[in-house]
Amino acid sequence: MKGWMGKFKSLFLLTSLAIILAGCGRENLTALVPKGYGAESSMNLIILSTIVMTFVLVIVIIVYVIALIRFRRKKGQENFIPKQVEGNKTLETVWTVIPIILVLILAVPTVAATFDLADDTNASEHINIDITGNQYWWHFDYANEEIQTSQDIYIPTGEKVYLNMLSSDVIHSFWVPSISGKMDVNPENVNTMYIEAYEEGVYWGKCAEFCGPSHSLMDFKVIAVSPEEYEQWVGDMQSVDPEAEPQDAVAQDGKAAFEENSCMGCHAIGSSPAAVGPNLTNFGDRSKIAGFLDPTKENLVDWLMDPEAIKPGNKMTGNYPDLSEEEANSIAEYLLQLQPSEITPESAGN
Amino acid sequence: MSIAATQKRGFGSFLWDYLTTVDHKKIAHLYLFGGGFFFLLGGLEAMFIRIQLIKPENDFLSAGLYNEMITMHGTTMIFLAAMPLLLGLMNAVMPLQIGARDVAFPFLNSLGFWLFMFGGILLNCSWFLGGAPDAGWTSYAPLSIQSPGHGVDFYVLGLQISGAGTLIGGINFLVTVVTMRAPGMTYMRMPLFTWATFITSVLILFAFPALTVGLFLLMFDRMFGSAFFDVALGGNSIIWQHLFWIFGHPEVYILILPAFGLFSDIFSTFSRKRLFGYTAMVFATMLIAFLGFMVWAHHMFTVGLGPVANSIFAIATMAIAVPTGIKIFNWLATMWGGSIEINSAMLWSLGFIPTFTIGGMTGVMLGSSVADYQYHDTYFVVAHFHYVIVGGTVFGILAGLHYWWPKMFGRILNEMMGKISFWIFFIGFHLTFFVQHFLGLMGMPRRYWVFLEDQGLDMGNLVSTIGAFFMAVGVIVFLINIIYTAVKGEKPGDDPWGGRTLEWATASPPVYYNFKQLPLVRGLDPLWIEKTEGKGKMTPAEPVGDIHMPNSSILPFMMGLGFFIAGIGFIFQVDHSAWLIAVYAGMATAIGSMLIRSLKDDHGYHIHKEELEREAD
Repeated sequence: MKGWMGKFKSLFLLTSLAIILAGCGRENLTALVPKGYGAESSMNLIILSTIVMTFVLVIVIIVYVIALIRFRRKKGQENFIPKQVEGNKTLETVWTVIPIILVLILAVPTVAATFDLADDTNASEHINIDITGNQYWWHFDYANEEIQTSQDIYIPTGEKVYLNMLSSDVIHSFWVPSISGKMDVNPENVNTMYIEAYEEGVYWGKCAEFCGPSHSLMDFKVIAVSPEEYEQWVGDMQSVDPEAEPQDAVAQDGKAAFEENSCMGCHAIGSSPAAVGPNLTNFGDRSKIAGFLDPTKENLVDWLMDPEAIKPGNKMTGNYPDLSEEEANSIAEYLLQLQPSEITPESAGN
Repeated sequence: MSIAATQKRGFGSFLWDYLTTVDHKKIAHLYLFGGGFFFLLGGLEAMFIRIQLIKPENDFLSAGLYNEMITMHGTTMIFLAAMPLLLGLMNAVMPLQIGARDVAFPFLNSLGFWLFMFGGILLNCSWFLGGAPDAGWTSYAPLSIQSPGHGVDFYVLGLQISGAGTLIGGINFLVTVVTMRAPGMTYMRMPLFTWATFITSVLILFAFPALTVGLFLLMFDRMFGSAFFDVALGGNSIIWQHLFWIFGHPEVYILILPAFGLFSDIFSTFSRKRLFGYTAMVFATMLIAFLGFMVWAHHMFTVGLGPVANSIFAIATMAIAVPTGIKIFNWLATMWGGSIEINSAMLWSLGFIPTFTIGGMTGVMLGSSVADYQYHDTYFVVAHFHYVIVGGTVFGILAGLHYWWPKMFGRILNEMMGKISFWIFFIGFHLTFFVQHFLGLMGMPRRYWVFLEDQGLDMGNLVSTIGAFFMAVGVIVFLINIIYTAVKGEKPGDDPWGGRTLEWATASPPVYYNFKQLPLVRGLDPLWIEKTEGKGKMTPAEPVGDIHMPNSSILPFMMGLGFFIAGIGFIFQVDHSAWLIAVYAGMATAIGSMLIRSLKDDHGYHIHKEELEREAD
């Protein structure tokens, strides 16, 4: 008996330790520190359901432990035959009715929150962003503002932003744990959800529906900035001149190489509804390359030389001529200079 | 010379015996062997997954191979390990518990096993024939349609064949329970494990057709150019999710209800007490099964079905907690006031209660749709379903194996090793999966081949991988125990546990006709009644007479083999039409065997009264 209890206790301590060491996870990624409306709604229900269910768990464990201690067969009881009880109407009613009440306590706020988060009656009065999920990147189309971008999605804080989501290939799922729960991005119908970030920040977004070999590398960012900064960003993006010549010679070579190597067949620079590959208008401002690499020139050159090694199964591999080291270098220089706005991930802090 | 005594035989005749057997006890051995083999295979795949996730951005497995591992781990564990192991226990015990000499359709019983086995082998052949399926065990369209190579084709045909076997097995058990109960064995006197087998069979009967339909549509889409799930051609990929989960959710209860049943028998036996609230237990099981068909869309809360559908399915899901809670409290009440003996079988059952309660607790949490927007497709879900499927089904299978091993094989598993394997596995299990609840909420989606550095996920994943190694060691100790027992195990006699139900009134292992005379059942726990109020053994319900027995047959094996060959042909005929020869040859073998079975009368044989009387009591 003692050994059994002891082991259970050490197990409990060990797991508790693991949790404490891991903390609540990385800020602006974890769902445990909600910083947006949807995440807060979910968190409220997570806390409520945890409390209700822990109550049940504790009762079960108490009865279980007492039963084991009191009624374990002891020495000298080998021939003891306990009373054969058929049941007990009162007890059985109690443990049927109480769970029904507990379920109701949880069901009512769940239904209320479900309808609240699905409410899109006033969508047209707010910012609308059309999102296309692709293997393995995200396209963002601010249809009213006529801005297209990818990977980094800019939103103003304190406002509802409606996302209208469709997939171009397989099912993806749009998830920014710190701001909101997820919604699937299906190929057959537009799914609408709204998000609202409470404070400025760069929030980590992930694809949550299994979509192929690079599913785990389909990250994106939600960059929440103040409404003023958001207005400035929109203005900057709208006034981009896609034909502008870069300043230095290397970047100019890069622009030429970009055009020669049929990059433009898929990647638009400036406002363009076409989205075979990510729109690169503000590439130099982006927080990551290919969704998850630090935005250094070395990483970009590696990516341009052999994207398959970095993101297996991507659609860019094999769709452009082999690049020389020099070409890749100049294209990288050109792309990293595409910085149309002063509003960057740094503007949002962290 | 006893007719039941095993004689010295060559390996050839031993093998032939098992290939042709229609005896439910030997088919149980086959199921346990087949399911056990696939369990080890699935466990190996699990270890590869955990090694890949031991540290951030690990490169132990490539992305493609990792996806094949997770797909095969899930598919193998559900379809080829957990279900067959349960079917093995049902086969071994249920006919004995109702006082029957065999199942209703012994030939179909054998056919069900061989279809499962050949389906499982076909699925695993994919590893050597161009790559395993890589679209997840749920195989969502359109990913499963776009998946290159033949992996998903193996998934479709392997599951189709083994699913047919399961369906046949389910129908067989239904008919057996309805028609073959011993005199006096009314429905409300059946042991809970028999009830669970009965209700599980109903679930199989209604759930598997949905999978069959889904798999056929997927097969046509991949092989014959149809477009049921192809959005570009007017199809709809969400339909797959509905079909899959209309099967898939009842499937979860197909896995857990038999475990509930055997835990009920074990708690009752080792507390030396009648099961508390028998009637409530039976109806709770039925209610769980019924509600199990009403909740499939809780796997689809984030699909965008709208708030009405999400609310209805959320409430239906939470409602399942009520009958499940009734069962947990009834088990506790069964132990309360009893005389509890703690041995290996009971340890696995006692380990089940806290583990499964945590799994049920997270189940209700997942049922809250808005909270699920965060949990869905993360490691929280992975943790939840391992708590219920490992903590419920696997603990249940291991409890059942320890409990019925002496009945099935005549030898008792070693207690010491049984306890060691339990503790190592139990601690390893909680180390592996408890922390995954938090990983999920900290932003780790499931089916991630790598997780990135500096995301706060390193520690949790490391702990989880360490736990997985503990689980592996626990399983290895159990395997050593099996080998040790086979060689040196004690022979404990017919009724080592002070059993209450009819299986303990037979020999260990039972003679091939189970009961010389069918027993007369006088109430719930019939053997216990005779022990406390009667002569200590069952009263016969009939005089000694001729016993009608079925003949062995190789035809079920041949049918399975035929479908296996045809399956290979179907998969590769897309590449070259010469493979159609395999389709024709396989189908000819299968249909030819069916024709022989239909046209050639097989009346079985009789064991004559005189032979039975000659055998001393």
